[in-house]
Amino acid sequence: MAVSPASGRKAAIEARGVWKVFQGAGQDSVKALDTVSVTILENEFFTLLGPSGCGKTTLLRLIAGFDFPTEGEILLYGENIAPLPPYKRPVNTVFQSYALFPHMTVAQNIGFGLEMLRKPRAEIDARVTEMLRLVKMEELRDRKTSQISGGQQQRVALARALAPKPKVLLLDEPLSALDYKLRKDMQIELKRLQHETGITFIFVTHDQEEALTMSDRIAVMSKGRILQVGSPHDIYDRPSERFVADFIGDTNFLAGVVQSFAKGRAQVKLTGGVVVDAMVPEGFTPSGKVTVVVRPEHAQLAASGKGLKGVLENVVYFGTDTHFHVQLSDGGKFTVRQQNSRDGVLRLEPGSKVVVELETNAAQVLKD
Amino acid sequence: MRSANEVAEAAERLDVQRRLWLSAPALAIIFCAALGPLLVVLTYTFLTKGDYGGVKWIFSTEAWFSVFFERDMFDDTLSFADAHVSILWRSVKLSLFTTALALLFGFPTAYFIATRAENRRDIWLFLITIPFWTNLLIRTFAMMEVIRNEGIINSGLILLGVIETPIQIMFTDTAIMMGMLYVYLPLMVLPLYASMEKLDFRLIEAGYDLYATRLQVLWRVIIPLVKPGIIAGSILVFVPSLGAYVTPRVLGGGKNLMLGNLIDLQFGQGRNWPLGSALSITLMLIVMMAMLVYVRQASKGAGSHG
Repeated sequence: MAVSPASGRKAAIEARGVWKVFQGAGQDSVKALDTVSVTILENEFFTLLGPSGCGKTTLLRLIAGFDFPTEGEILLYGENIAPLPPYKRPVNTVFQSYALFPHMTVAQNIGFGLEMLRKPRAEIDARVTEMLRLVKMEELRDRKTSQISGGQQQRVALARALAPKPKVLLLDEPLSALDYKLRKDMQIELKRLQHETGITFIFVTHDQEEALTMSDRIAVMSKGRILQVGSPHDIYDRPSERFVADFIGDTNFLAGVVQSFAKGRAQVKLTGGVVVDAMVPEGFTPSGKVTVVVRPEHAQLAASGKGLKGVLENVVYFGTDTHFHVQLSDGGKFTVRQQNSRDGVLRLEPGSKVVVELETNAAQVLKD
Repeated sequence: MRSANEVAEAAERLDVQRRLWLSAPALAIIFCAALGPLLVVLTYTFLTKGDYGGVKWIFSTEAWFSVFFERDMFDDTLSFADAHVSILWRSVKLSLFTTALALLFGFPTAYFIATRAENRRDIWLFLITIPFWTNLLIRTFAMMEVIRNEGIINSGLILLGVIETPIQIMFTDTAIMMGMLYVYLPLMVLPLYASMEKLDFRLIEAGYDLYATRLQVLWRVIIPLVKPGIIAGSILVFVPSLGAYVTPRVLGGGKNLMLGNLIDLQFGQGRNWPLGSALSITLMLIVMMAMLVYVRQASKGAGSHG
């Protein structure tokens, strides 16, 4: 059984070289997953993040058993579950649409899984009560699912999936149907549930903010491949590929040439002539022309000094912070984000000459 | 000045009035073609039979009496009307069997159509309705061609060496049932399909996810959710089966009577119009009772999926 060297924790789910090809009508077929290998640890809040059509839901459905991989293995605590039907996998799903049974009450929905597992009635009732308390829905026990609100349905769906004590809980964009405020509450609620139950959560979303705030680790996916796996911090601050940098948050892309490389850091001469000390993704040896990324909040504007020279194009006020769009003298564009404070607001008029100063460790070299 | 509410209410009243006028032609037809004749039939049940058919305008409960009892020709002793009751029983039995078989065949068919790609479903539905284009009598004779002793089934089985002498299917209850099944199957498939089309197939996945096997998903998820379709289809098959006339006449060969044939007999050879009328009303009452039970069932557990 695979054990993560870093934490010593067991692997709950391991995907090994998983391919999924959907045979379309006629000759065309869609490659939904392309040699995906990933290890998800026990008791981890793991997020599959990517735009629609990136294969994240397909991977989730393969783990749930609704689809079967064209090639590759999916291990659940070391056992290959890829050929098993969904009802033989100790894995439960919270569906995007909740998929609550409309002909059953809240309690009947929650007890359904245990009933199918032929648990004794008393045990089912006790577990249903426990689940209702966990999601704070005790008073709605005997309601029909059509008589409760969207947020309440969401909680019932969670309770229903958690009731049979699955080894892994799969969540397919469960918050996308909720309004902003409720979504924020549920994010915290989900974190709490994961912590209290100690169950491994695999969460699928296209919302990068959701992924960053909730996850222990994130896998960023695009076009059927996993591009980068790491903590939210890693993914945001140390994106390894252009897609990851671009998909998560706002980013400035700068072209440059590698001058030297040692100990995971590269000296990159940017097009404008300035040399920056940039971090390099693990196991990657940069050479020649590269792209360097800098987050907008990791740079400052000054009227003069050392840095990237340019002209301030416009200033956009956002309340908590202000965005300064700069036209660099080498032809590129750069956005600086500065937090607003009551005093000491940088008074710069569009059209004035400015210098962009990068913070130490702000720059990161991309693989592509 | 009137409030917005009052204006809205007045507008709605006007709307209802207008709609009432739109429904006038339908209401007129119901009154003239259904309710009127029904009243005539009801009146006839309380009249005395004419000597050569028709009725004499003398009040009598004789017709209702003879639905269930027979009066001995010589000594006026009463006995239970075995013939009527056995025909009634056969009608109900055959209709129930036909409905059950239609459900058994129609359910997978409707499920198959509902799970096809959206643009293909219309073609399948179209194919289901093709038998409707042909006259009932012709369809029944086609069935006869299939099941008679020299028909496709028997000659096929003999050719294959499965049997040596033809199986007698014609002129049996089985023949009547096969005929009715063939004729009324689309009436089962269409409402079932309408229900299944609305079915959220993610609920089936949710069932599998929660450890339900295929059979459990069918019983616990699919059937409860398509129950309105099952009920509607069952009514649509059971009701015309109970009153079927042509099919038992042709395939039953006149010796296995059903209610429809019995009623026909009273207006023809029997020359007992009041009895025919009473039998008709009896048939209608049975149908209404069956419907009432079904509708009760439907409102009990259908939930929001209606």
